[in-house]
Amino acid sequence: MYGGGYIFSEPTQKEQDDHLDDPVMLAAFEARIGQGEKIEPQDWMPYEYRRQLIRLIEQHAHSEVMGALPEGAWITRAPGFRRKLALIAKVQDEIGHGQLLYNAAETLGKPREAMINDLLSGKSKYSNVFNYPAKTWADVTVIGFLIDAAAIVNQVANSKGSYGPYCRALERICYEESFHIKQGYDAFVALALGSASQRQMLQQALNRWWQPIMHFFGPADKNSVHSEQLMRWKVKMASNDAMRQQFLDSYVPKIWELNLTLPDPYLKKNLESGKWEFTEPDWEEFYKVINGDGPCNAERLATRKYAEEHGHWVRQALINSRQQFAIPLA
Amino acid sequence: MNAVKDLILKMADDSLIIGHRSSEWTGLGPILEEDIAFSSMAQDKIGHALALYGILHEQFGELEADQLAFNRKESKFRCCHFAELPIGEYDFSLMRHFLFDHAEAIRYEMLSSSSFAPLAQLARKIKGEIKYHVLHANSWILRLGRGTEESRHRMQSSLNFCMPYALGIFEKNEAESDLITEGIFAGEEHLRILWEEQIWKQIDQAGLQFPNVPEKKVHMGGRSGRHTVHLHMLLEELSQVFRMEQGVEW
Repeated sequence: MYGGGYIFSEPTQKEQDDHLDDPVMLAAFEARIGQGEKIEPQDWMPYEYRRQLIRLIEQHAHSEVMGALPEGAWITRAPGFRRKLALIAKVQDEIGHGQLLYNAAETLGKPREAMINDLLSGKSKYSNVFNYPAKTWADVTVIGFLIDAAAIVNQVANSKGSYGPYCRALERICYEESFHIKQGYDAFVALALGSASQRQMLQQALNRWWQPIMHFFGPADKNSVHSEQLMRWKVKMASNDAMRQQFLDSYVPKIWELNLTLPDPYLKKNLESGKWEFTEPDWEEFYKVINGDGPCNAERLATRKYAEEHGHWVRQALINSRQQFAIPLA
Repeated sequence: MNAVKDLILKMADDSLIIGHRSSEWTGLGPILEEDIAFSSMAQDKIGHALALYGILHEQFGELEADQLAFNRKESKFRCCHFAELPIGEYDFSLMRHFLFDHAEAIRYEMLSSSSFAPLAQLARKIKGEIKYHVLHANSWILRLGRGTEESRHRMQSSLNFCMPYALGIFEKNEAESDLITEGIFAGEEHLRILWEEQIWKQIDQAGLQFPNVPEKKVHMGGRSGRHTVHLHMLLEELSQVFRMEQGVEW
């Protein structure tokens, strides 16, 4: 699952910003996008289009892989065969999405290893939401239902974008994510309709996750930096505000109908405007977490680093092989 | 019928515990493809455990699968020590997977002609899945056995470490002779001979040495309910949420 429509800023070199594209090629490119054509890896594309897409797809891939960690920690504790099998399959899907997306980003010229190195060094970001802890089993159900639901809003929109390989990866991802929501919702409802202590555990998890969920789609459009060109190039397909509204519209009623509450007394749908009104979440906190100071940033990166360091010898053996014959794989 | 119950129980427990261990690789594999592979195998193994507990429930009146797996005392478990060990480094997990799954493949092949129909039927289904686990293990043992100096060394050390545990898979049940006479299962000794032949070929091809393990070094006890400390910790974790409140739906 991916953390929303916010493409995080990353340090760039000045020469990249100054790069000038051939105006004739650029006009032809924009005309193709205007006609709804897909751009393929071998096609000409503006420097900035390539750079932003790499950034977007790479962050998306990292989010899938890092997103496996908070839920993955509960695989060993999932209660009962049904939940355990579903959760392993779900988290496995997320890692598979990471793999698909790294492949899509590689078509733009950045190798997977380079992307993973940038993740580990902190240069490349991933969705903020995965820097929060999953404290109880109820947190896993909230993530599986609501974070996946939010991710789908974003991913369905992006699957209509202009870059062919990314769109095709997203179509497959969305198909799988739609099962994840069912999995999450089923486990969420089981707690909501369960014993008093199960309901209490769920309500507490919901309270904890509400702010990260509101952060999920990024700052309000009026405060969001690089939207206009990206939307014209169909890299970014829906505005942060539009996606947040769509999410609230679809899911708040589902939460309320289970007699659960949300920790925002001002949350309501304005029947005249048709828009949801809510208390602005703490955006300072959002930027603080992006910049590495969230509750679990260090822990998540440390886990990823552990995996990379301890797997180094395996990757080395794959590259630097003195194999004496071709190995039949299957 | 106690002998067949014991047989199914130890197989189910092995599958559950090794499946649980494999699932711990999610997010930690050396490459993403291996995270995915271990997750896949974990799902298969846990699925096998579920099906085997299902036979115990339906044919022998034991409790339901969830109760057997998530709410049973440690001393009632019959898994081998090999399955209980923590995942350690990738070389250990891979070698365990290789040694264990070759035994699984042969066991289910043998059981697919068992005179106990529910087990034979399930074995025929499961052996089709285990085939891929074995292919996966073989290809990696070859790659890493013939990879770099470090990878070869690691694979050999893991093999040496694993073998005394792996031989514990074949610890006999008390009434095994009944299984053999009734045509239910041809016995652990027979399985072990076939297993050694089969893995020897792969080990040799990977350029590794077959370790010699004296019988007294083999880790026994799992089949009679004596376990390593690791199983205790694993079961605490496995049942942590399930046991928070009894009699509720999760």
